[in-house]
Amino acid sequence: MLMLLKSGISLRRFHLIIREIYFTGVLSLIIIVVSGLFVGMVLGLQGYETLQKYGSESAVGTLVALSLVRELGPVVAALLFASRAGSAITAEIGLMKATEQLAAMEMMAVDPIARVVAPRFWAGVISMPFLAAMFSAVGIFGGYLVTVVLIGVDEGSFWSQMQNAVDFRYDIVNGVIKTCVFGVAVTAIAVFEGYDAPPTAEGVSGATTRTVVTSSLAILGLDFVLTAFMFRGMS
Amino acid sequence: MQRTTMDLWVGLFVAAGIGALLVLALKVGNMGTYSAAQSYTLLGNFENIGGLKPRAPVKSAGVVVGRVVDIQFNPETFDAVVTMSIDSRYQFPKDTFASILTSGLLGEQYIGLAAGGDEVMLKSGDKIMKTNSAMVLEEMIGRFLFNKASESNGDKN
Repeated sequence: MLMLLKSGISLRRFHLIIREIYFTGVLSLIIIVVSGLFVGMVLGLQGYETLQKYGSESAVGTLVALSLVRELGPVVAALLFASRAGSAITAEIGLMKATEQLAAMEMMAVDPIARVVAPRFWAGVISMPFLAAMFSAVGIFGGYLVTVVLIGVDEGSFWSQMQNAVDFRYDIVNGVIKTCVFGVAVTAIAVFEGYDAPPTAEGVSGATTRTVVTSSLAILGLDFVLTAFMFRGMS
Repeated sequence: MQRTTMDLWVGLFVAAGIGALLVLALKVGNMGTYSAAQSYTLLGNFENIGGLKPRAPVKSAGVVVGRVVDIQFNPETFDAVVTMSIDSRYQFPKDTFASILTSGLLGEQYIGLAAGGDEVMLKSGDKIMKTNSAMVLEEMIGRFLFNKASESNGDKN
């Protein structure tokens, strides 16, 4: 793990990171955007269903925005990211190790940590906040589609109640901090499991499974800890 | 894949991510409406603030003109000191009346400013002299019961 932190030197070889951002970030876009849209639409439907009993269906915008920005955006995006990109990272590094590509690199005096591991780590850390922000934005758009366009909640009160309730520093910045922490956790686990995998077919498959399980649990646990620190029942 | 195409996609990805953050900040959050604007602070002493919280809106004629920044207890006068940050586009006369109101039956509490007729305007750091405390439901019910009891006593006599 300490080696990972020292690997900041690899930021000099930036094209490697860009390559990895393409594989982890850009190719995860479709799953993130589509699931964000559906999560937002479901939130809109369910929120409307419950809120209309109390005659306050215009608060559905607040409900969708707050739950997405504070919780669902970071957490669901991180879970999807762990299963979509984290497993791929582990499998790739594990297979490189099993086929002795890493050993070959060391033989050529190329540090495999700097050449293979660090770019993947930094790419994950960089793409995670962007993916979660897109997830939340698309989700809110999905909620807007369902409640305003389909059901016919008043558009003005949908946006204005949302803007009244969502605070930039308190809600959005805290959500972004969460995604950064999740990004570090998920990619660190993925990269470690890949590098640590026994160099057999069985070992690689086991490491991939462990990545998804451990990082999902880590995300949910960290989310509780961060939420407890950030939103201690204030307002 | 060509390296330039890859760079292009990554650039688009980062741009879309920053765009999503901007949308969240400006369209969904309240950054566009408040933080950037110039503001000045006003103070007010309230006997009872009820459920008022920091970041609650300050409204005048129903329009949001500022936010509650801070609430402190004053141990000398035994009342609450509420610090408000008011948009500097709006000036209020010296005899403005501040009261703690509730939006709707169960809604959040906010401060309502009713402008007076004084020609001198409040400056930054000034204290609003006329304040009205929050309504506490128990006190109201107690007063109502007391009135009812005295009424029925009057009927008997």
